Amino acid sequence: MKTEKDRTVISLKDVDFSYNGEPVLENITLEIDKNDFVAILGPNGAGKTTLIKLLLGFLKPSKGIISILRKSPIKARKYIGYVPQYSTFDKDYPICVIDIVKMNTLTANSFFPSYKKDVTDTAFSLLQKLEIQNLAYRNFHELSGGQKQRALIARALINDPEILLLDEPTASVDATMEKDIYDTLKILNAATTILLITHDVGFVSSYVNKICCLNRFASMHSAKELTGKSLFDIYSESSKFLQHHCNL
Amino acid sequence: MTDLITNITTYTFLQNAILAAVLASIVCGITGTFVVVKKITFISGGIAHAVLGGVGIAFYFSMPPIIGAFIFAILAAVIIGLVKLKADQHENTVISALWAMGMAIGVIFMYLTPGYSADLLSYLFGNILMVSSVNLYILAGLNIFIILIVLIFYRQFVAITYDEEQARLRGLPVNFLYILLLCIIALTIVVLIQIVGIILVIALLSLPAAIASLYTRTLHAMMFSAIGLGILFTLGGIAISFSANIPTGATIIILCGVAYLLAINLTRFIHKK
Repeated sequence: MKTEKDRTVISLKDVDFSYNGEPVLENITLEIDKNDFVAILGPNGAGKTTLIKLLLGFLKPSKGIISILRKSPIKARKYIGYVPQYSTFDKDYPICVIDIVKMNTLTANSFFPSYKKDVTDTAFSLLQKLEIQNLAYRNFHELSGGQKQRALIARALINDPEILLLDEPTASVDATMEKDIYDTLKILNAATTILLITHDVGFVSSYVNKICCLNRFASMHSAKELTGKSLFDIYSESSKFLQHHCNL
Repeated sequence: MTDLITNITTYTFLQNAILAAVLASIVCGITGTFVVVKKITFISGGIAHAVLGGVGIAFYFSMPPIIGAFIFAILAAVIIGLVKLKADQHENTVISALWAMGMAIGVIFMYLTPGYSADLLSYLFGNILMVSSVNLYILAGLNIFIILIVLIFYRQFVAITYDEEQARLRGLPVNFLYILLLCIIALTIVVLIQIVGIILVIALLSLPAAIASLYTRTLHAMMFSAIGLGILFTLGGIAISFSANIPTGATIIILCGVAYLLAINLTRFIHKK
């Protein structure tokens, strides 16, 4: 029999992080369960990128414990599909879409230039699933914003991750594309826990079951709280709460 | 032109020059592609200039200069790699310091060595017509080694040059791969110095690959294309310099530079249309 605790996929307990003595995140306590669809909302400079780096094990918390699938972030890396912002990639690099997807299967023992046929097949079927199979051999940087986002989601999915972690998946895509991407994520949510970080309040509220407002501190809200209140209210209320809390 | 062809069949030095040019173009296309996509021409310039220190010391102790060049190139690559990985703030200052110190060491040791001046010039500006048969074997050996390493680590090199963060998440040995790549660049520079010399090497390393990057869609296509362009420029340079009786290394670089300027303007023109 599964207890409540078994369902916890990501847990942060009293996590602090400071950069050069300046606190970036304080007292973060979060629990994310299996098959949750969570949005972490926060303005620029709220510590969103820091939180991602903590979850991926690129940074260590100054205080507190982060556990992912009851492992340390570094040990849990292979269970996480990470979707970075495509704007961080070099536009001049000649590389085609399917190669980017396949790249996520590399290990320290991947020698010589070619991939095994089944890796290519899996990559192709993932592109099919995300409806961009016709772009497989196009240069990644010729794609539109939404198509790039889908390609990076396909790349993250190639290892069958238990958790999808997305950094601003709808930054610089238009409203239709934004809805499209959330629809796709909703389908993927049946099999994976999804955690996305964003500063834009838009459509996201109608897709997620939990929202975490982040501004150095964090407060979690369930989707139930959303009825009768707009997300914006919660967002501003919780910022007020945070301001009060910080004696601003 | 017929003159040149008769000369090629008669003189070994011309045959050696042509073989050296082809060998250099092959490694140049492969390594130059990584230099261009990873945007590390400045680092490569630092390695190239530091090499003069090794050449000077080798002259002083009457060792083959290519050995001194080899040791200093690898040393510079490892130091720059470690600096880049550990402290990213003063990276450019450290590279500049190595760049200048390597040259200064070279100048001092060459001054201390009697009868140095002709050799100094040929290392600064290259002298492809002086490539000996022994050097040709060394070049061929370096070629095979560089090609083998790049073949073995091809996918991992692509991963660290395109998306270092993802490579770390996949558990690739990113630091080791980065320093290995810099060592491959260092070896390529040792090969290229025979052809165009320390001062001009950066142009030959980066320009053919930079032109190829304008019209290729995959990294391996860019490499093959850069190799072809390299052969075209070096052989073209040999032919022109031989007929006009001007320095070969400089002629090759001018060909590369003119072709690059034409290529970027042509691409702009096509995109505007």
